[in-house]
Amino acid sequence: MSKFKKKKSGELPAVSTASLPDIVFMLLFFFMVATVMRQNTLKIDNNLPFADQVEKLDKKDLVMYIYAGKPSENYKQFGTEARIQLNDDFANVSDIASFIASERAAKREELVPFLTTALKVDSDANMGLIGDIKQELRKVNALKINYTTKKGSATQN
Amino acid sequence: MAKRAAPEVNAGSMADIAFLLLIFFLVTTTIETDSGINRKLPPMEESDEEVIIKQKNIFTVLLNGRDQLLVEDELMELKDLRKAAIEFLDNNGDRSCEYCKGARDSESSDNPDKAIISLKNERETTYKTYIAVQNELVAAYNELRDKRAQSQYGKSFAEMQANYKDVNWPGNKEKLKARIDQIKVDYPQKLSEVQ
Repeated sequence: MSKFKKKKSGELPAVSTASLPDIVFMLLFFFMVATVMRQNTLKIDNNLPFADQVEKLDKKDLVMYIYAGKPSENYKQFGTEARIQLNDDFANVSDIASFIASERAAKREELVPFLTTALKVDSDANMGLIGDIKQELRKVNALKINYTTKKGSATQN
Repeated sequence: MAKRAAPEVNAGSMADIAFLLLIFFLVTTTIETDSGINRKLPPMEESDEEVIIKQKNIFTVLLNGRDQLLVEDELMELKDLRKAAIEFLDNNGDRSCEYCKGARDSESSDNPDKAIISLKNERETTYKTYIAVQNELVAAYNELRDKRAQSQYGKSFAEMQANYKDVNWPGNKEKLKARIDQIKVDYPQKLSEVQ
């Protein structure tokens, strides 16, 4: 019997894989937290009105979003009147035409006729602004629009 | 001999279980889709020819700056709007529409094809009131279409549309499409907005 031989069993202990699930979970949580759905950061109040005769707006890639509403708490310096937001910043009515043009340019040409403009407008905005937006959309021939609403009875408005 | 080590539970498959869960949640999670009222704006170019529409075929809905609803020049509550719109659309004044169940009042619309709802709003009208009114008017059309579909095909219009969109629906899609279009012809949605 050799002097150096261990007295216990000679097998190598198996590498413990017990912590593998922890690693996987850590990865899972990291991706869950880090993933951002491509959504605009709203600088406006956006409390959508209720309606019940709604149609689903599927095919997300064919939708252009125009937001409108009062500037929210942190952006009070932009006034208290309802404003338009395109992408991530405030915009004027005159910017809509170029916004639509750039959105169209980003899409495949054959899809352009199917583009819908979703108007996400705050309940308390007034129709003057919406009228201006609609007029602007007519000028650039973006005629399919969708008034995005929350599901609920219209009497809740 | 020393103490025997307690046999370790094999945790190697725990990772697989975690992956399975991860994939399950990835597949089942659906990002919430937006929904809303679809509208089509009128094209910019104006036709030169003046279309003459009889006054009785127009149902005027006016929203003033104080969110009051004026229907055919009379004040109305929002909850009565749907019924009034249905009565107007389904009136069948010239008796050419055999499926209409309206009052056949000669002072109201001729038939659903000629009946036009005209919606006018002021700049000061709030958006929520506007949406509520739009919603009620669309509801009036949907209700009439539902009734028509129910009596004609024994299914509601909404159901037919849902079936049409459903990939797994076993029936004949082309036939269904024709039926849907027929109902849309029977009760065309003629909602005009005055700028």
